[in-house]
Amino acid sequence: MYGGRTSLLIGFAAALLTTLLATVLGLLAGYHRGWTDAVISRALDVVWAFPVTLLAIALGLALAVGGLRIGPLHLSGSSLWIPILIIGAVYVPYMARPIRGEVLSLREKEFVEAAEAQGAGPLRVMFGELLPNLWSTIIVFFTLGVANSMLLEAMLSFLGVGVQAPETSWGTMVGSGFQLITSAPQLSLIPGAMILLTVLSVNVFGDGLRDALDPRSKLRLEVHAGMPEPEGTAV
Amino acid sequence: MGRFVVKRLGGMVAVLFAVSILTFLIFNVIPSSDPAQRMAGKNATPRLVASISEEWGFDESLPQQYLTMMKKIFSGEVISYEGREDVDERILEGVGPTFSLCIGAAVLWMFFGVLFGYLSATRAGGLLDRVLTIVAVAGISMPVFLIGEILLVYLTYKTGILPSGGYVELAENPLEWAEHLILPWVTLAIVYVGIYSRVLRSNMLDAMGEDYVRTARAKGLSERRVMSRHVMRNSLVPIVTLFGLDFGALLGGAIVVEAIFSLNGIGEYAYISLINTDLPPIMAIVLFGAFFVVLFNALVDIAYAYLDPRVKLGESAR
Repeated sequence: MYGGRTSLLIGFAAALLTTLLATVLGLLAGYHRGWTDAVISRALDVVWAFPVTLLAIALGLALAVGGLRIGPLHLSGSSLWIPILIIGAVYVPYMARPIRGEVLSLREKEFVEAAEAQGAGPLRVMFGELLPNLWSTIIVFFTLGVANSMLLEAMLSFLGVGVQAPETSWGTMVGSGFQLITSAPQLSLIPGAMILLTVLSVNVFGDGLRDALDPRSKLRLEVHAGMPEPEGTAV
Repeated sequence: MGRFVVKRLGGMVAVLFAVSILTFLIFNVIPSSDPAQRMAGKNATPRLVASISEEWGFDESLPQQYLTMMKKIFSGEVISYEGREDVDERILEGVGPTFSLCIGAAVLWMFFGVLFGYLSATRAGGLLDRVLTIVAVAGISMPVFLIGEILLVYLTYKTGILPSGGYVELAENPLEWAEHLILPWVTLAIVYVGIYSRVLRSNMLDAMGEDYVRTARAKGLSERRVMSRHVMRNSLVPIVTLFGLDFGALLGGAIVVEAIFSLNGIGEYAYISLINTDLPPIMAIVLFGAFFVVLFNALVDIAYAYLDPRVKLGESAR
């Protein structure tokens, strides 16, 4: 049962990380355009070129064995931060692109011009003026991020490159139960069903939220399947 | 048109180059431990570590290390440390099962995705629509391994209706080939049927509100003709894009499905290598997978420009 705590923690933390990174990158790229946009967009394209699961697996394997050291910060291979960072990072392009598209169209609106005319700096415009207009998109993406992150965590842990012993999650339980699937299928099926139910409730919640906040109901499915933004916003 | 294709393929090469650099960084630079130590696996002898370090040139500069890695992968010299196999050869062997799995599953999910999407869009708000929506959301929320395990337990172990896995060459015995692949096909397709039917449904609902649909109706066209010629034709375009992207990503390895049904394709090879923490195969498979995503991305773009000249204009105006 404690495994569920890990699964939920990773789902939320990773989605939060994705949201944060994607929002900042999307705002920067969409507002500054020019060079900043080119650099950020190309970098996202490269990450986009990897199949999500393969990229996460590669990172998971590389970091699970050696751990991670950034400056003074050291994370051991079994730290829960590692799956959170990995899952948070791989979904960034799928969220940053639509946000960038939205910022591109928002920045042409009069209220941005008005703020600039009053002498507001770029930071002020981005976070004071543009961000509040993005909230509904961000919240919708966040709930979907939670659902997708939990699914990816489960898959990584199932494959042995997500949550590492001594920690457990529903995914690792499914993975270890799979070894005994012929004799005791419930060991694997029950945690699997828990994942299904949790993700399902997050998705249903997200659906409701989307209907309430966002009239353009297509957004959700686009991010899930990784569809590029519609032509026109990109130009 | 020709210029666009050339440009797009040039972009593809550039992205692939960046992808290979990122892969190199992931495996050799970002983690804090000695890469040779990691590559040698969990119970490595100091001698093995030293020989790996020598072989991959880990004591040289980073660009030099990168060149060594790429040279090895392209010349087919990558050897796994668990079992000492030739990685490139093993990947090529896995192409048959993996392609069979992906193509079969793709046929299934396109058919049912379009069927369900069409049904729920034309009956939006009705009972059938609601049932299909619930089914689709459940499919999207389903962890792949859970579907696989349920099918495996109930259709194979408990009842013995279908074989539990393995792969039979198509040329050897087409009937057994299909029999062994039914469960993996269904497993893989369920998730995508959910996504595709929902995307198609919302696209169709959007299209039905467009002026040209009203015009078509006003002209007195039959409902059937309006649907097939006007609504469907426009709603299917994004589905085709999605399909190209998803299919490319799939070919790189439907790892979980192959692992559960021991299909002996690229995905299962990745799974086995993961269990053994065998890095060289994973490195090669990641590059292989990224190659297909990039390839299909480019193909989709080119197909688009062919079908819709406006895309090409948008590209050059950028």
